[in-house]
Amino acid sequence: MLQQIIDRRLAGKNKSIGNRERFLRRYKGQIRDAVKRAIDGRGIRDIERGEEVRIPKKDVSEPVFHHGQGGVREVVHPGNKDYVRGDRIERPKGGAGGGAGKGQASDSGEGEDDFTFSLSREEFMQVFFEDLALPHLIRTQLAESPEWKSQRAGFTADGTPTNLHVLRSMRGAIGRRIAIGSGSRRELRDLEERLALLKRHRKPGDAIAEQEIKDVEEQIEALRSRLGRIPYLDPIDLRFRNRIRVPVPTSKAVMFCLMDVSGSMDEARKDLAKRFFILLYLFLTRHYEKIELVFIRHHTQAQEVDEENFFHARETGGTVVSSALVLMEEIIRARYSPSEWNIYGAQASDGDNWHHDSGRCRELLAEKLLPLCRYFAYVQVAEEEQNLWEEYAQLTESQRHFAMRKATDAAQIYPVFRDLFKKEGAAAA
Amino acid sequence: MSRNKPLRGPLALRGHVDKLPGPSDWSFELIEQYHEVIKRTAHRFGLDTYPNQLEIITAEQMMDAYASVGMPVNYRHWSYGKEFIATEKNYRRGHMGLAYEIVINANPCISYLMEENTMAMQALVIAHAAYGHNSFFKGNYLFRMWTDASSIIDYLVYAKNYVAECEERHGLQAVEEFLDSCHALSNHGVDRYRRPSRKSLAQELRERKEREAYAQRQINDLWRTLPKRAEKAGEASESRRFPDEPQENLLYFIEKNAPLLEPWQREIVRIVRKVAQYFYPQRQSQVMNEGWATFWHHRLLNQMYDDGYLTDGVMMEWLKSHTNVIFQPPVGHPAYSGINPYALGFAMYTDLKRVCEHPMDEDKAWFPDIAGSDWIPTLDHAMRNYKDESFIGQYLSPKLMRELRLFTIVDDEKENELEVRAIHDDAGYRRVREALSHQYDLGSREPNIQVWNVNLRGDRSLTLRHFQHNDRPLHESAQEVLRHVSRLWGFGVQLESANAKGEITTQWAVAAPESA
Repeated sequence: MLQQIIDRRLAGKNKSIGNRERFLRRYKGQIRDAVKRAIDGRGIRDIERGEEVRIPKKDVSEPVFHHGQGGVREVVHPGNKDYVRGDRIERPKGGAGGGAGKGQASDSGEGEDDFTFSLSREEFMQVFFEDLALPHLIRTQLAESPEWKSQRAGFTADGTPTNLHVLRSMRGAIGRRIAIGSGSRRELRDLEERLALLKRHRKPGDAIAEQEIKDVEEQIEALRSRLGRIPYLDPIDLRFRNRIRVPVPTSKAVMFCLMDVSGSMDEARKDLAKRFFILLYLFLTRHYEKIELVFIRHHTQAQEVDEENFFHARETGGTVVSSALVLMEEIIRARYSPSEWNIYGAQASDGDNWHHDSGRCRELLAEKLLPLCRYFAYVQVAEEEQNLWEEYAQLTESQRHFAMRKATDAAQIYPVFRDLFKKEGAAAA
Repeated sequence: MSRNKPLRGPLALRGHVDKLPGPSDWSFELIEQYHEVIKRTAHRFGLDTYPNQLEIITAEQMMDAYASVGMPVNYRHWSYGKEFIATEKNYRRGHMGLAYEIVINANPCISYLMEENTMAMQALVIAHAAYGHNSFFKGNYLFRMWTDASSIIDYLVYAKNYVAECEERHGLQAVEEFLDSCHALSNHGVDRYRRPSRKSLAQELRERKEREAYAQRQINDLWRTLPKRAEKAGEASESRRFPDEPQENLLYFIEKNAPLLEPWQREIVRIVRKVAQYFYPQRQSQVMNEGWATFWHHRLLNQMYDDGYLTDGVMMEWLKSHTNVIFQPPVGHPAYSGINPYALGFAMYTDLKRVCEHPMDEDKAWFPDIAGSDWIPTLDHAMRNYKDESFIGQYLSPKLMRELRLFTIVDDEKENELEVRAIHDDAGYRRVREALSHQYDLGSREPNIQVWNVNLRGDRSLTLRHFQHNDRPLHESAQEVLRHVSRLWGFGVQLESANAKGEITTQWAVAAPESA
């Protein structure tokens, strides 16, 4: 009989991936909700993680015909302690006598536990990108890992023969030979001195002295051969050149998030703004090793805040947009020298502004900020056009690295960045 | 190696014995050596098996296999994805160890060995799966009659390709919904009495084409709207019922008679039906099958130890795992969830061997035919000719009932309290045995639902009837399942639940799906 042992470990990995895709497709609605909640709850910086998704158990159950409660059931149990025939037992709460329920009550019904599973980072980003209606080329561009290069990093004890460092290995071998042999060599030296002494004082016919000389000579011989057995080169001496992979260092960037927090910016508008900022952040992470975020919120006065306060605090009052632009310029002058930093600006507002201020905003942008920035994007998260929109619109003609858009849902955000991505895409191709 | 007559006792050990090394890491050479010894030992006991194919797989592949009902290939469906996700989650969190083995009833018989197992565990798995389960698959009458080990893999390959082709042609959504509906009825898609014919992949493909053409013609005939002849008065139309007899195989009935299904849909119904039929014997012989495999890995490895092949370390390791597998928590124990089929099956075969070898007076009275007989042929007979229900009814001994301290509880919804009906004493043995045997009868575990009638002249609606067993009602999920039935049938569907007297106690109805 032919017997076979087959190694399948390398074959047919991820066989279930097709089934998983079908599962995700079926629960797209729930997954999308979970992703939306996750985006609300997360900081811009840790957007790229997987996410736990919970689906109510009844939504994933597959119905079959099975018995319900009631009727007459006789169930056999093991491990009777002290029941005798005819004993009557109070009916336990919830599902009497599980035994016969096996195979019926399995996963079909009452359990309140939700079905939870985690989306991988890739799957999470796919859903996120889908909402933003990103073109596929951009999606792959954003989802890919940064470039790596390998660089020297000292020496290791194991590696491939081609990386063997001969000098280091030999140096180690010498050290080891000295260390291991030193005891024996000292002893050898002592014995040789003693032998010389004995030989010098040797009188012919002295049998005891002859015997001692012979003993010492034997000991010397044994030590020599022991020293001779110390290996010249041992596997533990080997040293190999070590190389590690490090991300390709690129220059640093700073991203300014400017947002109007006056009373008219409600949660939905802030959510849109957040997605807008996330997208720019993601783009930057692909191109810069180090990115700093600066959050500036404003109503009539601008203020630099942390991310938490940026998205969640709410204030009322009028709106003076230029205050934020002025503050941005101050911060650039103080901390981010344009010669060292790539500066990106992202501004979100509902377009409401004190009417004398809009002209000043345009001037500030055109004269002070845009010359410093690599790219400045403005998103208006409301439909109606007000004077700020009109003023900014004049800039689009003359300034190539300025983009603006109205967005009332997430899919309209991407076009703001289209030029930015297009340029980089073309450069990469 | 096949024999006409079973052995009366184990054959003598021949040849020279070298102790097998017992390191914790396995290697291919070691597995081969162990397998060789296990194989020889199994043959000394006369175990008749399909040829074995051992496959080494990773934990992830084990989860893959788990998720697709233990088969190496299967068609794609979201429910298998759900299964995989659930399995993976439990495994990663350490809630669940993976099974050490999966064995596939095929010829050759495929056993999966997980790479994480130690050598001792691999030996256990080989003895358990490749010789225990394998000989059961080959010998038990249910498997001989219902499953065709040589063609199942072929059939699943065919099913996978066919479903993929349908997805391409008719869209993921349509195929998925249709499969959902079929799955809802898969437990009611088996023939309990009719024997299937055996077919190769090539035949299957050829016949599919013929079948499609023929079936469509038949259905058109059944639903012909023109009267055949000037109807022999109204008499025929009133009394003629369709189907003539109630039918238990709902999927078969739908495949052959549903008026609106496309040919590809009929083929998918057929695929789900075939797969359900393949697993039908497994659902009926869990105690026997697991018990048999557990009994034999225990017997074979002990024999190898006695012969001097196994080291003490290997022995201790597999025994520990064996002990965990056959642990039966008593009722009331936090880990109690019904009777452990491994424990019950192992105990029954072991007890049966005892009845053969060292019968007590009680055993002679209960089992006059087998008390004191040779144990190998007796166990072989018991393995071949029974299913769980009849096996327990035939062989559960009073001594074992005492050891397991079995007792029965009656839960009657009309009473306020539960009643202990019988315990492990002279007055109760027969009752306990009967109740336990009954508990493994699929007919009483699953509701008995049959095709009752089709309204041929009117709205073409389908009527199903549930025959209550001990007045046990259907779960309210029936409504949901009925929606699936109506999707398959294409018209309205009713379900009537009838008690023992034939009175209808509950009714469900679903209107025809709108798209129809």
